[in-house]
Amino acid sequence: MKQFTRFQGVVAPLDRANVDTDLIIPKQFLKSIKRTGFGVNLFDELRYLDEGQPGQDCANRPINPDFVLNQPRYQNAEVLLARRNFGCGSSREHAPWALEDFGFRVVIAPSFADIFYNNAFKNGLLLVVLAEDTVDRLFNAVDASPDYALDVDLERQQVTLPDGESLSFEVDAFRKHCLLEGLDDIGITLQDEDAIRAFEAKHRARRPWLFRDSA
Amino acid sequence: MAAQTLYDKLWEQHLVKQRDDGTALIYIDRHMLHEVTSPQAFEGLRLANRRPWRLDSNLATTDHNVPTTLVERAQGNKGIKDPVSLIQVQTLDDNCREYGIVEFGINDPRQGIVHVVGPEQGATLPGMTVVCGDSHTATHGAFGALAHGIGTSEVEHVLATQCLLTQKMKNMQVRVEGELGLGITAKDVVLAIIGKIGTAGGTGHAIEFAGSVIEALSMEGRMTVCNMAIEAGARVGMIAVDDTTIDYIGNRPYSPTGEQWEAAVADWRELVSDADAAFDKVVTLDAAEIEPQVSWGTSPEMVTGISGQVPDPRAASDDTVAHSHTRALEYMGLSANQKITDIHLDKVFIGSCTNSRIEDLRAAAAVAKGQTVADNIKLAMVVPGSGLVKRQAEEEGLDKIFIEAGFEWREPGCSMCLAMNADKLGAGEHCASTSNRNFEGRQGYGGRTHLVSPAMAAAAAIAGHFVDVRRLPANDQSHAKKA
Ligand code: SF4
Repeated sequence: MKQFTRFQGVVAPLDRANVDTDLIIPKQFLKSIKRTGFGVNLFDELRYLDEGQPGQDCANRPINPDFVLNQPRYQNAEVLLARRNFGCGSSREHAPWALEDFGFRVVIAPSFADIFYNNAFKNGLLLVVLAEDTVDRLFNAVDASPDYALDVDLERQQVTLPDGESLSFEVDAFRKHCLLEGLDDIGITLQDEDAIRAFEAKHRARRPWLFRDSA
Repeated sequence: MAAQTLYDKLWEQHLVKQRDDGTALIYIDRHMLHEVTSPQAFEGLRLANRRPWRLDSNLATTDHNVPTTLVERAQGNKGIKDPVSLIQVQTLDDNCREYGIVEFGINDPRQGIVHVVGPEQGATLPGMTVVCGDSHTATHGAFGALAHGIGTSEVEHVLATQCLLTQKMKNMQVRVEGELGLGITAKDVVLAIIGKIGTAGGTGHAIEFAGSVIEALSMEGRMTVCNMAIEAGARVGMIAVDDTTIDYIGNRPYSPTGEQWEAAVADWRELVSDADAAFDKVVTLDAAEIEPQVSWGTSPEMVTGISGQVPDPRAASDDTVAHSHTRALEYMGLSANQKITDIHLDKVFIGSCTNSRIEDLRAAAAVAKGQTVADNIKLAMVVPGSGLVKRQAEEEGLDKIFIEAGFEWREPGCSMCLAMNADKLGAGEHCASTSNRNFEGRQGYGGRTHLVSPAMAAAAAIAGHFVDVRRLPANDQSHAKKA
């Protein structure tokens, strides 16, 4: 997994609540059996004026000029500023894959949907929860100044504004550790292989009907 | 011992290890797989040179991409015209073959939507932890199981370790008390719940549905309710075990038998929240206030009763809500204060893991019987949840009722619930749909979805617009109760 320590990037604002995973990456792109290449179809239905198809060359598609990520000033954005309940809907991990493939490293919002939250961290995408009024304030600030950038420091759990103001955020210790070190969950879990085997033996003895092969 | 909720008990029974940092390893009993969220997980296993931990816990089926016409299905995988879909389906077949995982392939009579197949096979049992790379895995919680959706990295993790690395959620109880009016179904109950608590109302919580209304529901109805826990923001929805649960499970292919059955039933009887268990959050609904529901917007919480109207964004409680209502009305092509019964309809879809089980098809057929689909409805389709549901419906003659009324009777799969196959809405088309999500583009680019119960969908197909099923003659026969 990609490591995340400290990072500074331009912010793009997506002023819309309840952004669902279908909006982040429409289902026709879920047909891929790969983990990469979803970036050109991130927010496909908002970004282009036609209906996108997997495998298509997006360079010649009609662009929706009103969509925020199409505006020149946000072309190199790496931090996405969003509204409440971002990432609701399906469990598709294609959503964080698409955000990352596009170039986002951080999403800031007042709240995130549970499964999306999990999926993002497992892919090195940092999600930062800030209070609703703070997020409001950031939306106004981004709007007012081109190239508005934030400094995000995971180690210190701080977002620093261009004027030097620091905002702290919560992140649980395990997720933080994995992200800082770029650790793979499976490897960590398999260090507990003995505990899993011991549990499994007990579980089988107690509830054999859960194991088809002991029926 | 302190009083425990159902969720607390299930959690404790599967806890392998609690870590100091708050995360925990939970043992997984049943892992269901489908073609969309598994290829990258198998690829990960292969790259790391790992094997599945316990084969017999896994069960796979293809559902999202499969075509639903008989002509296409007769050709097996070759009937999948879209080459990208075909690769995905073949990849699941290949992975299951390579690793020795049981799969119900495209023409297996047991094939179907993963959340219909598991319970139908008895592969979902009370007291299990059930996961699947699909957010509607909450469906299985109807059996007193701890069930939720996971992402692809987690699919790989479960395959490799038989465990899920997770954190305990908070406990939430949603009580629905009283008695449902005639024609009001489980779908209306869950839509009303979502309308009340919102799509983030259950975030971070495991929801237990309880109360006299939930207890009176059949297993099909309970699955419909738990299925949409995710639309209320909760990964987990569950219902305590009772006789209804146990009766449903008996004699299914994967269910225990003989002495193990007796022991299992005794164990399952414990799967209820203790009387004095504490919940972090409790919400109560009065059944008498629940009307047949219709969603008008682009989020499942944008829902109202059949006698209601589309809201006026100017009356919204705050700016963010006003903003999203305005956008939703624009996308849906509706105007403020428009009556629900005046919404123009183009298509009707009866199916999906929310409402494609036998009881759902019976309810729709009871309304469609002897009637004709209205001229303005370009397509009304019924897609059974599995091959076995289809067979049973045909044994009961439901297929004939639908076909005679002008519905198309299809082969099982997810179909127009998310339109990954050829079943889609055209841009601007309105659809009365028994599925679970009305997001923009969900049922096809530019498509407009209205979530309803099967009886409401069938009635809308006949009338050509939404009507109140409580006013239909079919309701005199009380079909909405368990047939
Ligand atoms: S029927 Fe719809 S919601 Fe259910 S699993 Fe299939 S696509 Fe997902």
